[in-house]
Amino acid sequence: MEGLVEFWNGLPVVIQILLKIIVIMLPLMILVAYYTYAERKIIGHMQVRMGPNRVGFFGFRLLGLGQPIADAVKLMFKEIIVPTGANKLLFLIAPMLSIGPALAAWAVFPFDAEWVLADVNAGLLYVLALTSLGVYGVIIAGWASNSKYSLLGAMRSAAQIVAYEIAMGFALVGVLVAAGSLNLREIVLAQQGGLLHWYWLPLLPLFVIYFVSGVAETNRAPFDVAEGESEIVAGFHVEYSGMTFAVFFLAEYANMILISGLTALMFLGGWMSPFQGTAIESWFDWVPGIIWLLLKTFIFMFLFLWFRATFPRYRYDQIMRLGWKVFLPITIVWIVVVSVMKIQHAPWWFN
Amino acid sequence: MKKVVDYIRSLFLFELLKGLSLTGRYMVTKPFTLEYPEEKAPVSPRFRGLHALRRYPNGEERCIACKLCEAVCPALAITIEAEPREDGSRRTTRYDIDLFKCIFCGFCEESCPVDSIVETRIYEYHFENRGEQIMTKAKLLDIGDKYEQQLAADRAAQAAVR
Amino acid sequence: MSFEKFLFYLFAVFLIGAAVMVITRKNPVHSVLFLVLAFFNSAGLWMLAESEFLALALVLVYVGAVMVLFLFVVMMLDINIAELRAGFVRNLPVALVVAILMVAELVMVLSPERFGLKHYAAPAPKPADYSNTAELGMALFTQHIYAFEIAGAILLVGIVAAISLTLRRRPDTKYLDPGQQVQVRAADRLRVIEMKPEEKA
Repeated sequence: MEGLVEFWNGLPVVIQILLKIIVIMLPLMILVAYYTYAERKIIGHMQVRMGPNRVGFFGFRLLGLGQPIADAVKLMFKEIIVPTGANKLLFLIAPMLSIGPALAAWAVFPFDAEWVLADVNAGLLYVLALTSLGVYGVIIAGWASNSKYSLLGAMRSAAQIVAYEIAMGFALVGVLVAAGSLNLREIVLAQQGGLLHWYWLPLLPLFVIYFVSGVAETNRAPFDVAEGESEIVAGFHVEYSGMTFAVFFLAEYANMILISGLTALMFLGGWMSPFQGTAIESWFDWVPGIIWLLLKTFIFMFLFLWFRATFPRYRYDQIMRLGWKVFLPITIVWIVVVSVMKIQHAPWWFN
Repeated sequence: MKKVVDYIRSLFLFELLKGLSLTGRYMVTKPFTLEYPEEKAPVSPRFRGLHALRRYPNGEERCIACKLCEAVCPALAITIEAEPREDGSRRTTRYDIDLFKCIFCGFCEESCPVDSIVETRIYEYHFENRGEQIMTKAKLLDIGDKYEQQLAADRAAQAAVR
Repeated sequence: MSFEKFLFYLFAVFLIGAAVMVITRKNPVHSVLFLVLAFFNSAGLWMLAESEFLALALVLVYVGAVMVLFLFVVMMLDINIAELRAGFVRNLPVALVVAILMVAELVMVLSPERFGLKHYAAPAPKPADYSNTAELGMALFTQHIYAFEIAGAILLVGIVAAISLTLRRRPDTKYLDPGQQVQVRAADRLRVIEMKPEEKA
């Protein structure tokens, strides 16, 4: 063990950082792969079907657990078709632009009290800035494809993401007013004290708005007008095939996991046990913090799928109305409420 | 008052929660799926699958080449040629059904005065070469011989309503 | 050369390169994308100057929102590039004069005599827990509170003015008000009647 620590400290810093990145990215990619499987399985069961259940390993079916691997291999071996008249460079850069921010945002994500790659002061701002970049992948993909459907999808998605980013940003302003910090680790630590001390309760409207805006940001149902398969085929990624399409797909799911994780951090106390401060707290002392964080993240990841199985797609003007005329006013009002609570040291949460 | 209630209902996403609870309930019910090759749906005696030509119990083929099925076939899938046999009875020399044209409407079976051409319960078959989709008389009679018991039982079960 | 210095020159070269590309590209979409790259590099420069709030706000506001709207507009335009080029030679003399004037003014104001290193010593590096955001907030909401509030009010007036100028009522369009739509209840429109099935005679 000591030898290992010595070996680790002996490594150059660049290698250390690279290894840490791999430690975050590898489980994340596996999670993304199995998230697509979970989506098909869960939505299947909600529609009283079974979902994929054939592809397994070594001749055993195993409930179809081999499906995501098979899909990935299939997509990797498919041809990447660049449409005539497309801007080749931008066409190929677009998927990278969409997955880059989705992965980079994990750098400031605290998995436990001490487990964070980069413990920066302005972590929340960094996350906001990066998530706002995801739209470039969509827009550039839509424009570079030289296709009308793609362009329409890109336009829809751009307007939608810009609109909901504002509501999302304001919801986060509420969080940082309450926590008094932009550092994600400190935001979690500010929620100390168990289930009822977490910010979901005092910031309930912001919590709901943040998550719903997150659904809209990731272009998921019921806000998936950017894809709108019944109207514009698949929107911005109609022309993409093979691995380029797979990268868009990965980015979408990585973004969903990111939004779920951030919601868990900012409103559900991150890695903290829900039983903190109650009589049974000591029963769960053996559970590591990351398990709690994962559980909370899974709740929101499940909600993404549940929404998709339940709600029909919003009409475009309704999306805009919801973003600008419902969410924005509520967030602004609630920021004032939170500020007053904070200044008056409202009992329970802010004393 | 109603307006206020409606407003509150929409603000708290009442309808959406109702929808979520519905899908949530269905998630825990057992799927209706039949896992096909291992499990199969029950087949009705009226099922219209692959065709067959039947024989009488004494081995004589039923078909008398009346060509009613050829006439009634809406997809023009049936081709019949006929001439008198050595014993003087009228028989087909050629009886082809093109399964690419056939729409499995069952009119041939209904029109047949001697219950010769029938549709069986077979729905799992495939062709590997061009030309195999033409069901010749020999093939049809073979299928009839092979499934005669089932075919006779199905006809008997449906006798009251036909 | 220290790593920081290397980064500075890297960002600076990319920034200037991207800025030149912005004004030389024929395709406006490419220009906008190079502008995005330029913003990124200036954000990097600000990050090097230990003002992480400004850097991230630049990315968030300009790259994440303003440039998206720019792209949005530019992609919809159907610009005839030949027509744009036609005026180039004719406008060149005026443009040159303006450009030279501006450069001269900048040189006069920012010359080494006034902005040299001897006037402004390099700031001491801040400790790791120094929060640029908090400092900025403090300055904005104490020292510069009036200026800040006035700027805010002016922007608000600008928003209201822009909206009221562009808002037009079009009575001829058939528009459904989502507010009214969500008020609809099934019970208002649909009556479910209980009926016994008719007995067979």
